[in-house]
Amino acid sequence: MTAEYNTMRQAEAFLTTRTEQETAHAGYMFGRVIGVPTVIALEGELGAGKTVFVRGAARGLAVDKHITSPTFVLLKIYSGRLPLYHFDFYRLSAPEESPELDFDEYLPGGGAAFVEWPERLPELLPAEKVVIRLERFYDDRGEGRRILLTPHGADASLLVDRFIESITWRTDGTLNMPQAGEA
Amino acid sequence: MPEIASRQHLVVLNPLIEGALRQAGVKLHDLNAIAVAHGPGLVGALLVGVATAKALAYAARLPLIAVNHLQAHLYANHLCGFDIKYPAVILVVSGGHTELLYSEEPGSITLLGHTRDDAAGEAFDKVARALELGYPGGPIIDSLAEKGNPAAIDFPRALMNEEGRFDFSFSGLKTAVINHLYHARRQGHQYVIADVVASFQEALVDALVEKTVSAAKAHKAATVLIAGGVAANSRLRFKLKERLGHDLPYAGLYVPPLELCTDNAAMIAAAAYPLYRQGRYASLDLNAYPGLGMGDL
Repeated sequence: MTAEYNTMRQAEAFLTTRTEQETAHAGYMFGRVIGVPTVIALEGELGAGKTVFVRGAARGLAVDKHITSPTFVLLKIYSGRLPLYHFDFYRLSAPEESPELDFDEYLPGGGAAFVEWPERLPELLPAEKVVIRLERFYDDRGEGRRILLTPHGADASLLVDRFIESITWRTDGTLNMPQAGEA
Repeated sequence: MPEIASRQHLVVLNPLIEGALRQAGVKLHDLNAIAVAHGPGLVGALLVGVATAKALAYAARLPLIAVNHLQAHLYANHLCGFDIKYPAVILVVSGGHTELLYSEEPGSITLLGHTRDDAAGEAFDKVARALELGYPGGPIIDSLAEKGNPAAIDFPRALMNEEGRFDFSFSGLKTAVINHLYHARRQGHQYVIADVVASFQEALVDALVEKTVSAAKAHKAATVLIAGGVAANSRLRFKLKERLGHDLPYAGLYVPPLELCTDNAAMIAAAAYPLYRQGRYASLDLNAYPGLGMGDL
């Protein structure tokens, strides 16, 4: 319901969502503004909504397949307006496990690479990326998610800018979701 | 050989093949064919298997047979010598998969439904992690749940009456368990871990059983099969048997022994046999397909 914009530093931003649909919609709007190959690190606890966000982003990237959890296979690839690489490092721990998986081909590659649990293998991520952190919170209105976006690099800053500019709210504080019918 | 190769697989594979041949008392040249799982799965691991199988097939001049790992789970049942009557409804449940399949006759498989988010085994692992119970979550929760009350907490059974009625969703259940723990801790309430896991397992098993039985009814199945690591879950076995006995008493239920529920090479060989009989060989430029679907060969 609120977006804040710190112009002193590089376009760090956050917004809050109250429902799974709102989190998916935020992902959708984010996916829509991705124009060039980008690496996105998605941080957050179990159940924070990381996969929900990617599911929305997939729609924004015009991926027509339904996104399912990549936890078991570590990487799922979808084709859309740009290819979508959906990683999950949850089951990885040792850096020596990763070279054989050939992940660097996608980080960055020719598409949008969303990495869940990036903190497991941070050295695999490039310096230029968007870090998105999903935090669950509870207040007097119930449960919500705080989505913090931190861009690293000029392209990433531009992307976060365009994303925040694209988000609008209704007067009751809920996200304006004109595309909700497609969900 | 592809340059990207899983070291661990390389280290393990050759001694494993030698050991298997020795134990079976045969030489490579005594075999009829080399079978390999070419998908779905981890690309690095698949590539090592596929490259090794191609090398063996080439060296020993044996036909190469490409097997779909998911379909192979069904053959765990054939290995037990079960006389499977068709049509059959099959539930494949593991850490990576939750799929409901229909087989009208041997060799034909169609997908009825699948998970829209997390696999059933993944939900077990993630809930076990949220409770800091250890890994893998399935067997730990299974035994812990025996001491708990499955009706203690009413967790959601997702997609019980919807379109796509044979699809599953376990992500919401996982989140509901995490929320429950959060609120209990914040309000200083005591909670019994055994009750939490028993209630979680009950919700998950109810969804699996409900959809499997309604698919079996809709397709007038003569047989219901379960396969995959979660097929080892005692509550799933118990409740599926109970519900089928009540709703479809004439349908046979086949559950493979525990050691054949999890991933194993015997089921790959069993799945390759009908392909071998039909002469459906793979060429030596076979590739690995990490995203291979259930219905793909």
